[in-house]
Amino acid sequence: MSEVPTADAQDVRTQACPGGPLLVRGAATWVDSDGIEHPVTRPVVAVCRCERSQRLPWCDGTHKFVTRTAPSVA
Amino acid sequence: MQLPAPRGPLSQQVRLVLSGRATQGSMDWSSVTSLPRPADRILHDEDFQLALWMLFELHYRGFDSVDPDLEWDPLLIHSRGMLEASLESLLRDLTADDVRRANRAGGCFTNRLSGLIDELDGGSLATFLQRRATSEQFADFMRRRSIYHLKESDPQSFVLPRIDGPAKVALAELQYDEYGAGRADRLHAGLFADALDALGLDSTYGAYIEEADATTLAVNNVMSLFALRRRLRGASLGHLAAFEATSSAPCRRILSGIERLGLPAATARYFDEHVEADAVHEQLAIRSICAAMVEGEPGLADDVLFGAATCLRVEAIASETLVETWESHQLVEAPA
Repeated sequence: MSEVPTADAQDVRTQACPGGPLLVRGAATWVDSDGIEHPVTRPVVAVCRCERSQRLPWCDGTHKFVTRTAPSVA
Repeated sequence: MQLPAPRGPLSQQVRLVLSGRATQGSMDWSSVTSLPRPADRILHDEDFQLALWMLFELHYRGFDSVDPDLEWDPLLIHSRGMLEASLESLLRDLTADDVRRANRAGGCFTNRLSGLIDELDGGSLATFLQRRATSEQFADFMRRRSIYHLKESDPQSFVLPRIDGPAKVALAELQYDEYGAGRADRLHAGLFADALDALGLDSTYGAYIEEADATTLAVNNVMSLFALRRRLRGASLGHLAAFEATSSAPCRRILSGIERLGLPAATARYFDEHVEADAVHEQLAIRSICAAMVEGEPGLADDVLFGAATCLRVEAIASETLVETWESHQLVEAPA
């Protein structure tokens, strides 16, 4: 059944950082909004939420410069 | 590593004791440590910083031909304590306004800490490396940085047994990533050694200690001061948070400088790894480590802010010193 989470999905934990990225633990891959799979190579990854990163789907700290010039909407 | 050459009476005394050529009893430490050393010059005092660096190094890899038991020699620990007290007192003065301002800004602890870091984040050195540095200046930067990066993250490992709960879990998670996440070829200190090798520099631990200036030694001593004293665990992790939170963007700029200069891929790889890694570590260090620790031990809040402000103030002084050196065309040649 599709609503039964897979063992993988059960182990994946996410933590949203206000004004910053989404921390993801326990994932083997990250599927972006275009459906492209990105391999996860470290124990915790930061997924970009401001969409300004030059390393999408990963955060590269760019959100700080975005929120500095324009008040954050996140 | 060999004991470095002394740079004044204090480092001379320390060197004599460590090399077994003088006994503690034969030395008058009080006369050495009471030499007039203006507090605001301590960060630029290479004799003071080298003496302290040698005493701290006994807790890391030590020196060839130095008795390993001197690490816990009561008189050396006592002498080091006097130097540490002077340094800590200077750092408290240097950052008192920053801590006061952060607290006045109010809000939750995460916001106070992030606000302080954003306010003090300089980054002029990374911009210089990106736009203007020559290959020779870049190599000079790498040699200075090698004093810390060949033992990258080691100071903070001393803090693990001194904290508990979620903050401990998060610090272990961050350190695991720093130590290669189970892969020896991804140990961050190892990536830095590869970066040095690719530039034709010496990646032997401590290879460039003789040419490290006072401010480079101070950057290292501050980390050891905070990490080796349980009382200063809050400052150590605040320092870590500021370090990680001001690394990702500068690494991107340095990477672009490496491309401009056409430097080797292994050198680029170190900084490339840190763009993504430190974007993660920033969040871990501020939220999962520092904020969690302060929630459990609210009394540590001011020390976390003190550690963060110290990291950025001392780093700024070291960076300014380096850029000034370059701009006055006094680039120190590497010893042949």
